[in-house]
Amino acid sequence: MKKLTQRIDKERLLLGIAAPLLAVVAALVVTTLVILATGKNPGAAFSDMVTYGSASDSQVYILNKATTYYLAGVSVAIGFRMNLFNIGVDGQYRIAAFFAAVLGGALTTPGWISIPLIILCAMATGALWAGIAGVLKVTRGVSEVISTIMLNSIATAIIAYLLQPGKLAELQSGGTVVSTKPLPESSYFFQIDTGASGELWGFIVIAVAIGVAYWFVLGRTRFGFDLRTVGQSEPAAAASGVSVKKMIATSMLISGAVAGLIGMPTLLNDSHQFSNDFPLGIGFTGIAIALLGRNNPIGIALGALLWGFLERTTNHLEFEGYDKEILGVIQGVIVLCVVIAYELVRRYGLKRQQQRVGAELAAQAAATTQKQEVA
Amino acid sequence: MANKDIDITVRTGTVHALCGENGAGKSTLMKILYGMQQPDEGTITVNGETVTFHTPADAIARGIGMVHQHFMLADNLTVLENVVLGAEKLHGIGAKARTKIREISDAYGLNVRPDVLLEELGVADRQRVEILKVLYRGAKTLILDEPTAVLVPQEVDALFDNLRELKAEGLTVIFISHKLGEVLSVADEITVIRRGTTVGTVEPAGTTPKQLAELMVGSELPTPETEESTVTDVPLLKLDGLHLAQTDLDGVERIILDNISFTIHKGEVLGIAGVEGNGQSELVEAIMGIRDPDAGAITLDGTDISHAPTRHRREAGVGYIPEDRHRHGLLLEAPLWENRILGHVTEKPNSRGQLLDIKAARTDTTRIIEAYDVRTPGIDVTAASLSGGNQQKLIVGREMSHAPKLLIAAHPTRGVDVGAQAAIWDHIREARREGLAVLLISADLDELIGLSDTLRVMYRGRLVADADPATITPEELGSAMTGAATGHLEHTEASGPESTEDDAR
Repeated sequence: MKKLTQRIDKERLLLGIAAPLLAVVAALVVTTLVILATGKNPGAAFSDMVTYGSASDSQVYILNKATTYYLAGVSVAIGFRMNLFNIGVDGQYRIAAFFAAVLGGALTTPGWISIPLIILCAMATGALWAGIAGVLKVTRGVSEVISTIMLNSIATAIIAYLLQPGKLAELQSGGTVVSTKPLPESSYFFQIDTGASGELWGFIVIAVAIGVAYWFVLGRTRFGFDLRTVGQSEPAAAASGVSVKKMIATSMLISGAVAGLIGMPTLLNDSHQFSNDFPLGIGFTGIAIALLGRNNPIGIALGALLWGFLERTTNHLEFEGYDKEILGVIQGVIVLCVVIAYELVRRYGLKRQQQRVGAELAAQAAATTQKQEVA
Repeated sequence: MANKDIDITVRTGTVHALCGENGAGKSTLMKILYGMQQPDEGTITVNGETVTFHTPADAIARGIGMVHQHFMLADNLTVLENVVLGAEKLHGIGAKARTKIREISDAYGLNVRPDVLLEELGVADRQRVEILKVLYRGAKTLILDEPTAVLVPQEVDALFDNLRELKAEGLTVIFISHKLGEVLSVADEITVIRRGTTVGTVEPAGTTPKQLAELMVGSELPTPETEESTVTDVPLLKLDGLHLAQTDLDGVERIILDNISFTIHKGEVLGIAGVEGNGQSELVEAIMGIRDPDAGAITLDGTDISHAPTRHRREAGVGYIPEDRHRHGLLLEAPLWENRILGHVTEKPNSRGQLLDIKAARTDTTRIIEAYDVRTPGIDVTAASLSGGNQQKLIVGREMSHAPKLLIAAHPTRGVDVGAQAAIWDHIREARREGLAVLLISADLDELIGLSDTLRVMYRGRLVADADPATITPEELGSAMTGAATGHLEHTEASGPESTEDDAR
């Protein structure tokens, strides 16, 4: 009996890995075809990606990128576990980063006070922005998909309005860039010097901590159980005593708070100010990464690393004379394939388990009747 | 659940009943016959021709049609529209189709009016529409999956008349049921399935319900009779003037629960009879705290819980066996041990403080599985992979494991085999002896009469009648369920002897 359980578990794990693997392989095939169609050699392109991507400076770059992407993935995944589609992660992190940058620029306190304050400000802003969608959903039944998309646009408009000289921003010395007041050096987050390869952002530590917290809260706490219950079946959750509305609002707040962190590695480790060229669209990247990682903390990490790797290496491909659009093709195909593959694998897995359980029980029944006959 | 070595021969122009414990493989067999699932081995022969069905369409093409237990009809369409939906090519959607429907309806005495909106029809009429739908598509063999589960006794008789009519016209009916009395009264031949295999085919003449049941489970027949009364005079649940109204999309206010008052004492089982959809589900949801009543009070063990949150009520000792276990009772894609936590996450052994106690929950799941005979290879399989009866046993085990004061049991043995049924009844009776109060809602009138200490009849959101379970018969209850009788139902001797027929359960 135990053996069967283990077998089912092993099979489930295998099936779990099968889907993203399938997607990546499919993406490789499509990319190969696309490169072939442009009349170039795909083999050389792939080998260049591997050699360039594994260089030590690339590794640091990928880890730094992945830190940001990981936070985005987790933020989206929290919503997914609840069956909420938080498309607004994008707006949430941008507006959070903006106000955190404004606060950071204004603070003159020592770093050990400023940094936590900046981070908290970002989380609170993100939570607040997501909370609007949460409140609309529970009180008025507004789909979070629609409201968060709109809130993204509103966030863009608010930032554009406030990011002007004389409002909350200033013209930088060069006279070409408008940005918030730069953070004082004491408010910089620590970095790990890796020598020639560059600086590894210290914020990776926070990202890892968020990943651990995500795993622990969802898997090991009552709150996490309630949250997953709502995600799996709202009627069952209501009957079991979970206040579904409260849970929707709460998880929206948490998702927004984590979204608020997305801009922090860039702000505290890299740019130290919010300007017009602050990275855009990472919220949408987060959706792809959460899908790819199956909302699993390890899976999201792998997805984030893959995304970082692809970005780094396809950038380089451009110098080698390949088209830079290859990045979009690979990423798009991966996401499409992942969605399809998961559903296929999920259905197959459920059916297969049902059959196995049936077969096992029949075998057990046969064994007991045989025993009875012998006796 | 797997099927193995199934041998059934159904002769044309007969009603062939299929009996078996739940999880015995009836549903799988039906799915195979209707092309929803493919067999690994063996053959199906229709009229001497070996066939393979890949989809229900293949089955229909061979003249096999299925009437599902849950109707697949659209409320906002007329009968005609429902019938032609998906079969527009046969006779169009206009006058020709209408004529055809009338023709079929007259030929088999179905009494279906093509231009009535479906929402105006009752359950029995809807079932006839479903049958007509299948006949319209040219079926010569009809599979009926537990067709009597939703009907009151009078409607069951009418359905059986229809089936005899179909038979007389040369059609073949395969009839699935748990209810042995019904099977014996309508079938020409009965095949019994146990653990995925056919164990025998018998003729109803010369077979007693008892023999049939023994074939099914290989053991004595359980009865839902309660023994000595355990009713105390300590009130546990008190409902006082409960009122619930709902405004639908057109802005019309509909009263769902109208002035519901009753008291359940410790050790008492209060049974509520009624055709489904007369407010029973909403009543249960109001007591569970899923719906908030507009007026009236709910008092549990002396505390007013009229507007308390669901979790609070559960912690206060309300156990809940929901009517739709897939929607309200289980997380289908979660493993059994997580399902054991569902609904009791704040209680021991599932959690300590804010943290889950996964180890203790798993251990306790194993205990429940053994104590309640849940047939599963382990606690890590998903709830969806268990058969309905085993899912139900898990739910009953879970709810009983937290020493409830009040158990709300909605159709606790629906879709559960005879053996498990007896076990569930035993658990309820045992807890009742220890002072458990039970609100029992069931479509199975024998179960209601057998288990309850007090009976009420619910009709259109109101408790319209009460009866003494010691003397009342299912037929008498049935007439109150259709609204024909109200007040205190007195047993009349005339209908007395009939009741013995249905004691088969």
